[in-house]
Amino acid sequence: MKLEARHLDFGYGTRHVGRDVSLSVTAGEVLCLLGPNGSGKTTLFKTLLGLLPAQGGEVRIDETDLKERARAEIARLVSYVPQAHAAFFPFTVEEVVLMGRTAHLGVFASPSRRDREAARAAIARMQIERLADSIYTRISGGERQLTLIARALAQEALVVVMDEPTANLDFGNQVQVLQHIQALARSGIGVLLSTHDPDHAFICADRVAMLHDGRLARLGEPAATITPESLREIYGVDVAVVRVSVGEGIERRVCIPGAVLSGGRR
Amino acid sequence: MTSTRISASVLGACAVLVALVIVAFAVGRFPVSASDLAGIVWAKLTGAEHGLDPTIETVVLRIRGPRVAAALLVGAALAAAGAAYQNMFRNPLVSPDILGVSAGAAVGAVLGIFLSLNVIMIQSLAFAFGLAAVGLVYVTANAVRGHDPLLVLVLAGVVVGSLLGACVALMKYLADPYNQLPAITFWLLGSLASASPEDVWSTLPLMLLGLVPMWLLRWRINLLSLDDEEARALGVETGRIRLAVIGAATLMTSASVAISGVIGWIGLVIPHFARLLVGPDFARLLPTSILLGAGFLLGVDTLARTVARIEIPLGVLTAFVGTPLFLWQLATARRGWQ
Repeated sequence: MKLEARHLDFGYGTRHVGRDVSLSVTAGEVLCLLGPNGSGKTTLFKTLLGLLPAQGGEVRIDETDLKERARAEIARLVSYVPQAHAAFFPFTVEEVVLMGRTAHLGVFASPSRRDREAARAAIARMQIERLADSIYTRISGGERQLTLIARALAQEALVVVMDEPTANLDFGNQVQVLQHIQALARSGIGVLLSTHDPDHAFICADRVAMLHDGRLARLGEPAATITPESLREIYGVDVAVVRVSVGEGIERRVCIPGAVLSGGRR
Repeated sequence: MTSTRISASVLGACAVLVALVIVAFAVGRFPVSASDLAGIVWAKLTGAEHGLDPTIETVVLRIRGPRVAAALLVGAALAAAGAAYQNMFRNPLVSPDILGVSAGAAVGAVLGIFLSLNVIMIQSLAFAFGLAAVGLVYVTANAVRGHDPLLVLVLAGVVVGSLLGACVALMKYLADPYNQLPAITFWLLGSLASASPEDVWSTLPLMLLGLVPMWLLRWRINLLSLDDEEARALGVETGRIRLAVIGAATLMTSASVAISGVIGWIGLVIPHFARLLVGPDFARLLPTSILLGAGFLLGVDTLARTVARIEIPLGVLTAFVGTPLFLWQLATARRGWQ
């Protein structure tokens, strides 16, 4: 299963946000999208999900154009995890996760016992059983993010698109979400996520794409793509990428802003 | 909330509803006791003789019965439409009037009274104008692209609604102040005093026609309360579902308003009340709203015709009775909207 953008132009109505972006996510890999605010990450995601029409080029799922598939059919193949938000009505966490089953139901159908089991399995996979009967509007931002990921799991799509899944989360929750993303990829699900923190790409990504002014600036392995040069080009700041040992012979790269390295103001 | 608790509360609500019906027959200028009521219903069903005063039969079958049935129907319809709209507009302060259905129906009815048409024509005009107003709002909103579809719908509803309000004001201004103006004012305040068996039989199928799609789409209506793009990413054709909900709610509201006049408040507060009791899942919210709405309007209508020497307009009384109830519930609620 492969979600692919080919020479994709995207934007809202007649306004262009991005041009000529080609990339793909295959089941089992993590592709991390980096780019400054306003670079078009969310717009690109919405176009890949078929929520916005492509302005040029095409989006393909397994060689079939997205336009030729019905809404529910797309939802069975690609799921979406929006940024954790406030819901409008006090649904329980289990009900929110159960909504992920909708694409598998007929228009007039309600979730069956099997759907409820699938929802509970997704909740168990995210280790949030203790929240199942909690009211979604009353749990923390991190717990909501885990709930939305569980909902995407209940949807049983092979590719999951996550819009800044670590935004607004505390340090521990960020790490937890990144671990879940790695676990998803190991279980054969393709993950496309955006983030503002290049270190997160080093932690979980197989490949990195960099979006700058609506164009694909870089695409490749994290170590080769996230470099002081590319970060300077994209974000306009001096950054050192250093390798640190995190124990047991494992090395990891981290980014450290230049001003901090030189020990003060420049 | 467990399913046994749910079915217990549904049974409880049904029992309250039956009690309200019995009370509604038992009070008023011509009281009908529960045994007389049972005797006439039984005689009607089996074709046997009931041996009671024929006046009682007339009261039950031609006067109070239709009025009770109309109160149940209208209350249920307004509450159901309100519940669906609150989910769809993601706002607990939305009423079935938001897309201009009542304003449209008011123009139709007032026009009928202004032209001195008969009752059936007035009701038909009210129904047709209610549908047409929402149709106009929907078509206008659909012509606007590139904005949040719900926001455009609400704005179009507000604009069309105020235009229709101006039309009503103009006709009131031009109407004959001795014959037509009191009739118009009376209609606009809402009343079930003249409900006839024909009203009930003509409204019932329209209500069912609205209720059936709402019940069938109950799970998808839950998802309409999510962000539009989020719901579509979950596989919901939001545009089509929204159109179906608007169609169903408009049919029910328009049919209600045509026989009862404008009765505000029920569609706004009953679904909210129901949500506090059973949570937001539409599969539970819809039946609960229907039961509460039917019971509430029947209770209020019984009060309207018994507490004073003259009939109190329903629209006035629903607000007087409902507001303190609502405020009390709001103050003590634990599981409400945020």
